[in-house]
Amino acid sequence: MSERITIEEVAHVAKLARLELPPDQLAHYAEQLAGVLEHFADIDALDLTGVEPMTQPFPLVNVLRDDVEGPTLDRDEVLAAAPAALDGRFRVPPVLGGEP
Amino acid sequence: MTTDVWATWELVVGLEVHAELATRTKIFCSCPNRFGDEPNTNVCPTCLGLPGSLPVLNRQAVELAIRLGKALHCTVAGSIFHRKNYFYPDMPKDYQVSQYDQPIDSGGWLELPSGFRVGVTRAHLEEDTGKSIHVGESGRIHGAEESLVDYNRAGVPLLEIVSEPDIRTPEQARAYVNELRAILVATGVSDAKMEEGSMRVDANVSVRRRGTERFGTRCEIKNLNSVRSLGRAIDYEARRQIGLLESGESIRQETRHWDESDGRTHTLRVKEDADDYRYFPEPDLVPVVPDEAWLDRVAGSLPLLPSQRRVRLAEAFGVEPTAEAVALLVERGQDDHALAALAAGGDGARVLVHEEHNLVVEGAVQHVAPGRLAALTRLEVGGKLTATQAKVVLADLVVAGGDADPEALAAAKGFEAMDTSAVTAAVDAAIAEDPDAWAKFLAGNDKAAGALVGRIMKATKGKADGKAINAELAARRDAASA
Amino acid sequence: MSGPDTAAAIAADVRAGRRSAREVLDEHLARITRRDPELHAFNLVTVDEARRQAAAVDARVAAGEDPGPLAGVPLALKDNLCTRGIPTTCSSAILRGWRPPYDATVVERLRAAGAVTVGKTNLDEFAMGSSTENSAFGPTRHPMDPDRVPGGSSGGSAVAVAAGFAPLALGSDTGGSIRQPAALCGVVGVKPTYGVVSRYGLVAFGSSLDQIGPFASTVADAALALEVMGGHDPKDSTSIPQAAPSLSAVLGQGVAGLRVGIIDEMRTGIDPDVWARIEAAAEALTHAGATVGTVSVPAVTYGLTAYYIVAPAEASSNLARYDGVRYGLRVDAPDTATMNARTRAAGFGPEVTRRIMLGTYALSAGYYDAYYGKALKVRRLMAQEFDAAYGRFDVLLSPTSPTVAFPFGAKTENPLAMYLSDVCTIPSNLVGHPAMSVPFGTGAHGLPVGVQLLGPALSEPVLFRAARVLEEAMA
Ligand SMILES: [Mg+2]
Ligand SMILES: [Zn+2]
Repeated sequence: MSERITIEEVAHVAKLARLELPPDQLAHYAEQLAGVLEHFADIDALDLTGVEPMTQPFPLVNVLRDDVEGPTLDRDEVLAAAPAALDGRFRVPPVLGGEP
Repeated sequence: MTTDVWATWELVVGLEVHAELATRTKIFCSCPNRFGDEPNTNVCPTCLGLPGSLPVLNRQAVELAIRLGKALHCTVAGSIFHRKNYFYPDMPKDYQVSQYDQPIDSGGWLELPSGFRVGVTRAHLEEDTGKSIHVGESGRIHGAEESLVDYNRAGVPLLEIVSEPDIRTPEQARAYVNELRAILVATGVSDAKMEEGSMRVDANVSVRRRGTERFGTRCEIKNLNSVRSLGRAIDYEARRQIGLLESGESIRQETRHWDESDGRTHTLRVKEDADDYRYFPEPDLVPVVPDEAWLDRVAGSLPLLPSQRRVRLAEAFGVEPTAEAVALLVERGQDDHALAALAAGGDGARVLVHEEHNLVVEGAVQHVAPGRLAALTRLEVGGKLTATQAKVVLADLVVAGGDADPEALAAAKGFEAMDTSAVTAAVDAAIAEDPDAWAKFLAGNDKAAGALVGRIMKATKGKADGKAINAELAARRDAASA
Repeated sequence: MSGPDTAAAIAADVRAGRRSAREVLDEHLARITRRDPELHAFNLVTVDEARRQAAAVDARVAAGEDPGPLAGVPLALKDNLCTRGIPTTCSSAILRGWRPPYDATVVERLRAAGAVTVGKTNLDEFAMGSSTENSAFGPTRHPMDPDRVPGGSSGGSAVAVAAGFAPLALGSDTGGSIRQPAALCGVVGVKPTYGVVSRYGLVAFGSSLDQIGPFASTVADAALALEVMGGHDPKDSTSIPQAAPSLSAVLGQGVAGLRVGIIDEMRTGIDPDVWARIEAAAEALTHAGATVGTVSVPAVTYGLTAYYIVAPAEASSNLARYDGVRYGLRVDAPDTATMNARTRAAGFGPEVTRRIMLGTYALSAGYYDAYYGKALKVRRLMAQEFDAAYGRFDVLLSPTSPTVAFPFGAKTENPLAMYLSDVCTIPSNLVGHPAMSVPFGTGAHGLPVGVQLLGPALSEPVLFRAARVLEEAMA
């Protein structure tokens, strides 16, 4: 395997991405990601000093909305799409630990 | 542990305050920003994070951020939004749109009533999360059987206001929060109600040995629901950390939860490298670059801030801006009333006293027409009413609706029957003549007052008002025991 | 497919009362019924909904009203465009059965212009792929050779137009997902300037790259569609505040005097049969009065890397919301974090999982500068080089895809080989410029070849003029 990514790193990434992957799949993705990252090494050769990052393909600024109320969704319609709901709320299993 | 710990240890506190902005609608969608509605009724595709939805920034949220920035002497600059990525069921997109390395407000300060300045690192715009109720035995997050989520609050605009770690005592922390709240309310940026959660405070607490430069390991304390809790929690947490350090242990960087019921902080979450928020510029939003005209207009339309009002009041009354009465009047919003009474010819010292005492009912003095309050103080300094009598008349003035002639009210009480200086002299004489009775009265024997009243009545040939004499005696006893 | 079945011809007939929208719809539904079971262009054909819309168009004509420039034109929608009350799946198990409570802006606009939406087309899951093989609901087949892929990710929409299921279809293009399948299927496909078409209601993949665009059998039809769907939308902050480009009016203006540059770096790795068509296209343009030269845009060499950092990074964030809480699939678990992780592992296919992993990695602590930060700089560098090229040329020319349609499974084992399918299309997304693919004859196995026309931001009118010239040269 490439030294560009270890299986531990892949496991950490899967945890960050909230993907429960079995060990054999972690190994599989580690291998594939290593291949892709190896290809990415091509930009290491590029001299990018002084180049400003481009975060927007078309430069616009100050796109703002007036503070005026608009329509809201029907709660029954919204909750009908939910895997589980109770008392007008979305229902989830217990949340362990606090908010990060 | 005694309070002597502060001789060897120094407390270091930085505060993070989240204030919900007083906009009509949410930050990135046109859903109402309203507290207390039926769950999941103020939602749309955007604030529910439905696939395909997009954010559009609320102009008023930017306006309020500029307003606060100007009020806190910040540099208000062009800013961009980032995504802060982490999973949490209260957060519909599983990322929070927030500002990261280019916040709208940075590098300001806030002056406490004591004159102490706390640096404001930054204030940035972001969206609030929804709210869960945790159903189960305890009603708390731990041990809950399930959670129920309401997204009405999701997308409510927030300003996260981060202070420098300049705070050194729990009192300063409380004063900072009180002052910031006053500024938020005065500028109309937020209603800043801690009890409703529209203002939330987290404290970063660490300690270090006096004389050392390096900051200690800090803990972040959450769930501070009142200014009082804030002070208690900081005090508890500092002592906990000092205890650990003094017994040779080290502090673990963690998030701790303040428990009001046992008065302690408890570990909520240990900071780990899993706190990897993978910030990157939010591609669905464009930069906000307020032009000079906008900034100038906002700066020019700011109301007087509490610190400016303190200076104004202090200058008018010829006292120090750091005087307690000054801070109190501004905090209670009585400064305009006091200034009006002064302008109507009132006596400065007496106006301040009446405003500060504020009678029994909070805010009652404000219901007295400034001119009437001024007239009352003139009666006092003109020797027509004793301080005690004036207090009684003021109470009557309030009962009468605030706009009655204090002289007539005093007459109705019989206070005009004699000059107040005569009453004062008669009381002085009676005490001198019967020190035994005065001593008994001071010790709490109310019947001993009878002998003194008798002497005064005799000396004034019955012209003195019994009630006024009793009040004067009681006032003197209070003064003596204070 | 030319002649009466173009969108322009249908709309003209329906508006004039020569044909009814109902009649047009039935013809197309008959074709779908006949061939779609084999091709699987559609995830869902909304027959009843389409009939209602057609009836409404006919009623307006009967009432003497004008239903609009797309009156009665059947329209296929890529299944990552939100349609109110109609399932929108992104060809993913994680969204199976989800019915959006709102319509995408483009859907609203096209319907308001009289178009009749016939169904939702298949795609690579969440638009991640170049073959439409990565669909949770099975692949779409090439209409000319069912053993080959139609390209992707908008394979279903390309096939819908190529097979005559609808004269117009919408796709989304993040790295070539409209142009590459258009090329492989022999139809016109347009990726507009970033910001010309509202993304509101397009399920996001790579937000700074995504654009919606049309598939059509003629350049004129594509122009008609883009004129209706483009233009400022206050619901999309990145929408350019101007009206849609005026295209139909300039289509016939030709290319006399136009300076056309062939991109040097897009010559390598191109199959010879495909390259031969580029040379033929250059000749056709020259013949029509353009001058053709070559131009170097060195940074496009790094496009693939920049793209496969930026798109997965943004996708890793955009797809976080599929967590089993508010809509879509949920796999139960004793706590929410585990429920999220199981739901996502079960609901996403391998390519989506791979890209989420890649993007998460590229953004994670310690790697941002090495990957995402660097990729953003490559974008800038590339934009500067394109700007320089547009100082000398009005339009650039390249192949759309390095190959003609390839057989199923040819590239599924090797993600990099599949990613190379987009090497010519990716640069336009990275810099936000418009590009379109125009069918220009055939290559190996008699399969279609598309040529790509590229231009600077908002140069759609020029691109369409050149495209029209190539179309005429083939007629
Ligand atoms: Mg925050
Ligand atoms: Zn909303």
